[in-house]
Amino acid sequence: MKQAINFLFVGVGGQGILTASDIAASVGLEAGYDAKKSEVHGFSQRGGVVESHVRWGDDVAAPMAEKGTVDYLIATEMLEAARWIEWLRPGGAVLVNYQRIPPMSVTVGDAVYPTDEDILTAVRALTDDVTVVEGLATAERLGNPRLANTVLLGVLSTRLDVGPETWLAVIKRRVPPKYVELNREAFWEGRRAVGSG
Amino acid sequence: MKHLLSGNEAIALGAWEAGVRYAAAYPGTPSTEILPALAQYAGVIAEWAANEKVALDAAIGASFAGARALAAMKHVGVNVASDSLMSFSYTGVEGGLVLVSADDPGAFSSQNEQDNRHYARFGKFPCLEPADSQEAKDFTRFAFELSERFDTPVMLRSTTRLSHSKGAVEVKMPETPRKVEPLLPFERKPRKYVPIPAHARLLHPQVEERMRRLREYAETCPLNRVEWGDKRIGVISNGVAYQYAREVFAGFSFLKLGMTYPLPAGMIRDFAAEVKTLVVVEELDPFIEEQVRALGLEVISKEFFPVTGELTLARVRDGTIKAGLSLSHIPTPPHPHTSTLSLPPRPPALCPGCPHRSVYFNLRKLKLLVAGDIGCYAIGVLPPFEAMDMLISMGASIGLAHGAKQAGCPDKIVATIGDSTFFHSGLPELANIIYNRGAACTMILDNGTTAMTGGQENPATGVTLQGETTQAIDIETVVRAMGIEDLWVVDALDVKGVEQAIREATAIEGRPTVIVVNGACVFTPQFQRRPVVAVDPEACNGCGFCFRVGCPAILKSEEVDAKTKRPKALIDPLLCTGCTVCLQVCPRKAMYQIQGEEA
Repeated sequence: MKQAINFLFVGVGGQGILTASDIAASVGLEAGYDAKKSEVHGFSQRGGVVESHVRWGDDVAAPMAEKGTVDYLIATEMLEAARWIEWLRPGGAVLVNYQRIPPMSVTVGDAVYPTDEDILTAVRALTDDVTVVEGLATAERLGNPRLANTVLLGVLSTRLDVGPETWLAVIKRRVPPKYVELNREAFWEGRRAVGSG
Repeated sequence: MKHLLSGNEAIALGAWEAGVRYAAAYPGTPSTEILPALAQYAGVIAEWAANEKVALDAAIGASFAGARALAAMKHVGVNVASDSLMSFSYTGVEGGLVLVSADDPGAFSSQNEQDNRHYARFGKFPCLEPADSQEAKDFTRFAFELSERFDTPVMLRSTTRLSHSKGAVEVKMPETPRKVEPLLPFERKPRKYVPIPAHARLLHPQVEERMRRLREYAETCPLNRVEWGDKRIGVISNGVAYQYAREVFAGFSFLKLGMTYPLPAGMIRDFAAEVKTLVVVEELDPFIEEQVRALGLEVISKEFFPVTGELTLARVRDGTIKAGLSLSHIPTPPHPHTSTLSLPPRPPALCPGCPHRSVYFNLRKLKLLVAGDIGCYAIGVLPPFEAMDMLISMGASIGLAHGAKQAGCPDKIVATIGDSTFFHSGLPELANIIYNRGAACTMILDNGTTAMTGGQENPATGVTLQGETTQAIDIETVVRAMGIEDLWVVDALDVKGVEQAIREATAIEGRPTVIVVNGACVFTPQFQRRPVVAVDPEACNGCGFCFRVGCPAILKSEEVDAKTKRPKALIDPLLCTGCTVCLQVCPRKAMYQIQGEEA
């Protein structure tokens, strides 16, 4: 009997949420779990919020978890970490990429983007297990800002009982050949960022 | 070997396994990915059709010729195809035909959340509803056999949550490509395939007889199954709703329906007789519930589980609590902590570089009445544009504008429609406004792709779904051939040019005018990135005019202008594509392109 695990990947359209969650679901299947993932494409994606659920378990029924039962909230953007925090199981883990993408409502002046402190206070009200990752900075150092999602996967991999070689095998299958090496580096950077090389 | 497949990918695989030879679709969320997946398999002709009716018509033709055929569409697409569908139920099939209807409970990407199971009852043909990716593959394959066995179209109904979820599917790919036998010469059966009134009257009793046999068959159909558990509660469920019910009602008894029309009345009665309390958990309309009640059975259902929106674990659980069912052995998740932090919403926006931006910027500026259509450009209704006043369905913009004008609406009215939507159903609408001497202005926004569904080819793009080069139908030539003389062709990225065309076109009274706006979608290969735009902070006084073009690349700087006390503009060079729309509207001439810095 394998412990069921619920993941929720959130961010902004274009940040690679769907790729990251695809990889996480495939890794679960590869590691002997049943796995499902669920997301919505289409209109909602145009610069809007993107969310993707992944569940690992012995026999996964519903493709998405319930509010208050997510074990890992993986956010590629700060505001989105705060928006989805209620889905987390109290005490669950939050892995967030340090990046602030102001939505149009902020740009046109109808709303204010909360401060880092306010966001982290809201997040910490549910859990002490919060890891802010310099994913974007790392990705930019590697030469491609789109790699922040893979840095986060590296961080996530250190929390799970599946070896990095399984993750890397799935990443290799999932990303275009010319980006495999960069993604491998980004993944290891993520692991090293939390002291697990 | 198990593969992680989306519901849509699994449907394509099932169709291929069943030997489908011809498939057609019009892109529509959540059905879009089925055809591109099918297009990759050897031996299948897969096509984007101009609209859903054309897709079904072509699939019916393939079926009549003896081939197995599939048509896929979103729920509202079936409305477009329904004219053919209703009569096709009478003729039946030669080769098996499966119509995939991908419904959208929750209206994630649709203008309504209609429940297409009603079409199965309305048109008198079977409806199959898979509950995960494995079933999506297996049921699709099965649907072709059912279609041929009962000489009927079969609807395979998916929903967004099935089509776009991925789950494990057992895939056994053969080592050699499938052998495609040539079709035999057409066997003429006019009494079957030509439903003139005399034939239709004879076909109808056969449809009723087919329904009788299908109802009988439903009792032993392998897609319906009983899972016995605790008999204090018996749950009848279908599709993805079954997955939620399976968690919330863990340990209780289930009647899991894979064929939801016609229903197995005997099986339902027998199941109900064994359980103390009968519950129906289904998404959207009380389709199963009403038929169960018609058998004289009492059920707990839509009184407690919502008719509107998508079901979720939480909504099913809440329903059980409201209904007073004691499922105490299931731990209820902790009450979510409610944060007091106010979070700015993140609605969809036109992409940086989007060719629709100048159109809605100008329509707002000129305060015109706008009839919109289905596409990314529906974002024109949202701030900062707020330049769309009506929208109903694919192609409707031109008819809406025409009718409002004919009825005497005093406003100047403009219809806006995309290239793919124009070929979908805009053509007859334009013919109508010309024929009836209408007086509205139609703007055809040609961005060279079917953008909202992810960039599919269409009759104007010159490439087929399977990547072959074909005739690109020129919109300007079509419009002229239909008799429009007052025609403007403008570059979408020329803000003044677009404004001038709208001004001139709407100044003409008494006859229809057309403006073709050309500008490639940023996701097409034709889109050309140009040097990015930057703001000169010395010249910018924070007037905020550029914020009104609604571009995600234009941000508020932390620098505030000393006089106006308003934040200056700042452009994110990673997001900017160099379209220069902001630069063109800046009244202070505070923006410039950084030469040599291609976006």
